[in-house]
Amino acid sequence: MTALIEQGTLLLGDEAIAQAALDAGLSGAYGYPGTPSTEIIEYIQKAPEALAGNVHREWSANEKTAMEEALGMSYCGLRSMVTMKHVGLNVASDAFVNSAITGVNGGMLVVVADDPSMHSSQNEQDSRYYARFAHVPLLEPASQQEAYDMTYAAFKMSEELALPVMLRLTTRLAHSRAEVRRQPVLPKGKVVFPTNKRQFILLPANARRNYVALLDKQVRLRSLSLESTWNESYDGTDKSCGIIVAGVAFNYLKEIYGGTQFPHPVVRVSQYPVPGEMITRLARECDELLVIEEGYPFIEEMLRGIVDMGLKVRGRLSGALPRTGELSPDSVGAALGFDTAAHFSVPDVVAMRPPSLCKGCPHTDSYLFLNKALENRAMSRVFSDIGCYTLGALPPFDAINSCVDMGASITMAKGAADAGVRPVVAVIGDSTFTHSGITGLLDAIYENSPITVLILDNEATAMTGAQDSIATGRLERLVLGLGVDPEHFHVVTPLKNQHEKNVEVLERELAHEGTSVIISKRVCIQATKRNRG
Amino acid sequence: MKCDLIIAGVGGQGIISIAAVLAQAAIDARLYVKQSEIHGMAQRGGAVHSHLRLSSNPIASDIIPLKSADMILSVEPMEALRYLPYLSREGWAIANATPFENIGNYPSMDTIRAAYDALPRHILFDADALAKELGSPRSMNMAMLGAASHFVEMPPEALAKAIHARFISKGERIAELNVTIFHAGREVAKKATEKSMA
Ligand SMILES: Cc1ncc(C[n+]2csc(CCOP(=O)(O)OP(=O)(O)O)c2C)c(N)n1
Ligand code: SF4
Repeated sequence: MTALIEQGTLLLGDEAIAQAALDAGLSGAYGYPGTPSTEIIEYIQKAPEALAGNVHREWSANEKTAMEEALGMSYCGLRSMVTMKHVGLNVASDAFVNSAITGVNGGMLVVVADDPSMHSSQNEQDSRYYARFAHVPLLEPASQQEAYDMTYAAFKMSEELALPVMLRLTTRLAHSRAEVRRQPVLPKGKVVFPTNKRQFILLPANARRNYVALLDKQVRLRSLSLESTWNESYDGTDKSCGIIVAGVAFNYLKEIYGGTQFPHPVVRVSQYPVPGEMITRLARECDELLVIEEGYPFIEEMLRGIVDMGLKVRGRLSGALPRTGELSPDSVGAALGFDTAAHFSVPDVVAMRPPSLCKGCPHTDSYLFLNKALENRAMSRVFSDIGCYTLGALPPFDAINSCVDMGASITMAKGAADAGVRPVVAVIGDSTFTHSGITGLLDAIYENSPITVLILDNEATAMTGAQDSIATGRLERLVLGLGVDPEHFHVVTPLKNQHEKNVEVLERELAHEGTSVIISKRVCIQATKRNRG
Repeated sequence: MKCDLIIAGVGGQGIISIAAVLAQAAIDARLYVKQSEIHGMAQRGGAVHSHLRLSSNPIASDIIPLKSADMILSVEPMEALRYLPYLSREGWAIANATPFENIGNYPSMDTIRAAYDALPRHILFDADALAKELGSPRSMNMAMLGAASHFVEMPPEALAKAIHARFISKGERIAELNVTIFHAGREVAKKATEKSMA
């Protein structure tokens, strides 16, 4: 075999972003775990240069606190990055949208990892809408090298525009490895406060001024999109169809045609706002357009508009591509008329293998005593939350009635108690509790709502790979500090030999006409293994 | 050179190590590599798989298109079958015969064997037993990698080197043991193909 390429480093899309940020002079990485974004911060936590350069790299309580911490660092003139999964941006959206109004000082990059097909999420929302909503530029890499290069360039772009820049990636890229070549390491910044003292004070008078300035910047953003080397036009002779392609879908198009010698004219979008003139040109020269984009039909919807101008547009909305889920070389091939029928099919003997709680998981024992205490109480409801313990929804437990968004267990339980339902239980993990359960518990305590909150403290953020939980070592004090009545506060151990006792404690609190909190505390098996290994 | 593999198994069975060794050896041989994995809830015994693509030309897609994988390599017998639509007409299905039964409706081994028998090219062997016999039950995945390597256009020494490098942090003895088990797995595939040629 001959030497084909110079050796780089094999990195996940997530890791390429982390390395690029470090190389670009990052001073602080902030974030809350969430698949598929978690490996970005994990990489920085292990990177020797982050340790040597004292780059901030601890997990934050939630995405909103992370975003604001990153903004605070940017205020001081340093480069910061905040990472999260797509639904995390819902949590951080107040800070995000307003950071576009304040603008930034040091370069600030907001990295959001979307999860089309919901491999490990409760929805497949498309973060590109958020970038447009906030009027900030967005970069969407298709390869690991682009993830690196875009991240590296984004900080400078952010500083030049005095705006946060968003980088959107999807599961496939986040969790796929390829060789990445690095650029020169840049020095970290020095503290320099913003020259305009009012920039970050969003009193209406200032905010109005800032907002107009933000709208004025849009002209600049559009011309940057047109000049961007990441937005490309490819010639093609068959003008019966023009193709607009975005995100990792570009890889699938190249796969199908064996490179970039496309038969049809192609416009590739990877820097937003959408480069309007490039698309207009394509629309003029082609009979119809096929839009291939990972996520929602964001560009396709823009093209269709409301008034029918006779433009023929195919894509996820027209049914040419599946409306939901991740794209693949196969779905893209099918839209282009290729035969994608397989040679072999999945034999009937193959059974589903859903995930289940690990052997010896503390949550198992917690659900066993919960189910026992609620036996024969048909009117009881259990509002749960997001974490490993959501698997309590599946057999053999069938123990929970809801899982909506992080923190929603306690608050929905309160709503149900307000509706007169008894008994009502909230089941929440320790990390989810500090993420956004605390404020809900304050509501309940304030009204002494008759709910029993079961906090499953496994001393880890297990679901996403057993990261440290900031609740560890302080959960009891935290809960009591919020004002829970000590008479109705208990710490139990979810173990077989404690089962009867735990059932008893729970039954007693279910009968209490007020807020009770029970912490069920035993460490996650995977966290133990990790700490040993 | 082009080799597209789907590596399958159950969370915790070590498919990541297989992919990592192949990928590193390919990088060392100056090949292009893409390795994509879906490991959502891997730690809890669900089905997991990885798409590994090696090529002397640039690789576009992180996912292997349907009906084009050169191999499905599975550390568990039922799991390989889940990905059959990816297998090319000439592709190989290579799987460990020891089932990982953590579900109530796990099919009988006879029906699983029948599904393999319906495939033109397959190797089903007990990699658990082989690894155990050679003194390291946990190295079953390296036996599977060995079997796969017989069909991958890459010198076995390069793979052995990558295995050694991956396990050396656990000591020279463990590293050597993994290399030995890799070679044993390779022999199994060699013999199986010789038999089918004859
Ligand atoms: C807003 C938001 N951020 C992040 C996630 C990803 N996520 C799901 S559960 C979870 C943490 C679970 O930790 P914990 O509550 O302690 O439960 P455990 O998994 O340890 O049982 C995270 C980070 C999410 N679903 N939504
Ligand atoms: S990772 Fe931890 S919390 Fe999650 S199922 Fe396994 S033992 Fe339980």
